Amino acid sequence: MEAKELLFLFIAIVTIASAGLVAFSNKLIHSAFALMATFVGFAALYVFLSADFLAVTQIVVYVGGILILILFGVMMTHRIYDTTLKTIHNPLAMGIISAAALAVILGLVIYRSPWAATVDKPFVPTTSIIGAEILTNYLLPFELVSVLLLGVLIGAVFLARTEEHKK
Amino acid sequence: MISLQSYLIISAVVFILGILTILYKKNAVGILMGVELILNSVNLNFLAFSKYIDAHINGQLVAIFIIILAASEAAVALAIILNLYRDRANIDVTQVDQMKN
Amino acid sequence: MVAFYIVLLFFLIGMLIVGITLVISRILQSRKSYPEKYIPYECGELPQGEAWIQFNNRFYIIALIFLIFDVEILFMFPWAVVFDTFGMLAFIEMLIFVVILLVGLAYVWAKGDLEWVKPKPKLAHLAKKKGA
Repeated sequence: MEAKELLFLFIAIVTIASAGLVAFSNKLIHSAFALMATFVGFAALYVFLSADFLAVTQIVVYVGGILILILFGVMMTHRIYDTTLKTIHNPLAMGIISAAALAVILGLVIYRSPWAATVDKPFVPTTSIIGAEILTNYLLPFELVSVLLLGVLIGAVFLARTEEHKK
Repeated sequence: MISLQSYLIISAVVFILGILTILYKKNAVGILMGVELILNSVNLNFLAFSKYIDAHINGQLVAIFIIILAASEAAVALAIILNLYRDRANIDVTQVDQMKN
Repeated sequence: MVAFYIVLLFFLIGMLIVGITLVISRILQSRKSYPEKYIPYECGELPQGEAWIQFNNRFYIIALIFLIFDVEILFMFPWAVVFDTFGMLAFIEMLIFVVILLVGLAYVWAKGDLEWVKPKPKLAHLAKKKGA
C-alpha cells in the first residue's frame, strides 16, 4: 500500500512539473516535448483510477496522434532561418493574477465541498463494458462521432491544402 | 488509500497551468497546447468521479468522447494555424486582428 | 491491474537501457572538436541548406488522415470484444460508422491527397487557364 502511494506521488509530481514546463518554457519545441511527459503522466493516473482502456487510449490518441500534429505545427510555422523557435510572451503579471484567483476559487471548492462518501470499487476490466455501452446506451453519440470525424477530415484537409488555389 | 481530493488537486493544478499557458503565450500553437492541458485535466476529473462516486462507468464513456473532440479540435485548429502562417508568415495571435488584409 | 505493473517495468527497463547507453558512450567517446563535427550529417555529402527546414504541408495532411483513422480504430477495440454477444446488431452498427468514414477516405483519395507527387488536374481547360 505504501509503495503504491509513493508511486502515485511520484507520477503526480512528474505530471505537474512537466505541465509547468509546458507553460513556462521559452522554446516552443521544449513545450511540445514536456507535453508528451504530461500526457504519459495522465495515462499513468488513469491506470490508478482503474480506467485501463482510457489509459491506452490516452497513449494512442494523445501521444501517438495529437502530439505528432502539434509537433508538425511547431516545425511548419517558424521562419526558415529562425532556428531558436523562441516564443514571445504576453506580460506574466495579468496571467498570474487570474490564475491565482482561479486557484483560490478551485481550492475553496475542493476544500469546502461535502463530498459524497467514496466507494472503493475493485478493479474490473472496462473494455467489454465500454463496448456494450457504445453499442446500446451511447449508440447515438457513437454514430455522431463518425459524422464529426468525417467533417473534420474533409474540412481540415481542405484548409491545409490551398497551395494550388493560391497561385 | 489515495483519496478523491488528491486527484481533484492534481486536476485543478493542471487546469490552472493550462489557463496560464493560454494567457502567457502569444504563439498560436502554444495556446493550443494550453487547451490540450485543460482538456486533460477535465478528463482526469471525470475519471476520478467515475471511480469514487458513480456506480457505473459513465465518466469513462464521457472521457472517451472528450478525447475524440480534443483530437478533432487539434486537427482543425492546426489546419487554421497553418493557413494563417501561409498568409502572414506569423502566428502571433496579438497581431492577427483583421479578417481580411 | 497487475498487467500495468509489467508495463511500468517495461517502461523503467527501457529508460534504464537508454540511460546506460548514454553513460557508456559518454565514458568511451573522445572529445576533440573540429569544424567538420558541427556540420549536419548527410551520409558524407556536404549538407545543403539548414537542418531546420520548413516541412512540406503534405506531411501535415498525411498525419491528419492518420489521426482520424487512429480514432476510428479506438472504437473498434471495445466493439471487437463484445462482438460475440451482440452479433449482427454490432456488425450493422459498426458498418454504418465505417461507411460514413469511408466517404472521407474516398474524398481524400479522389482529390489526390494521398499521392506524394500530386497528379495534374485531369481537366484540360484548368491546366490552360494556369498557363502551365
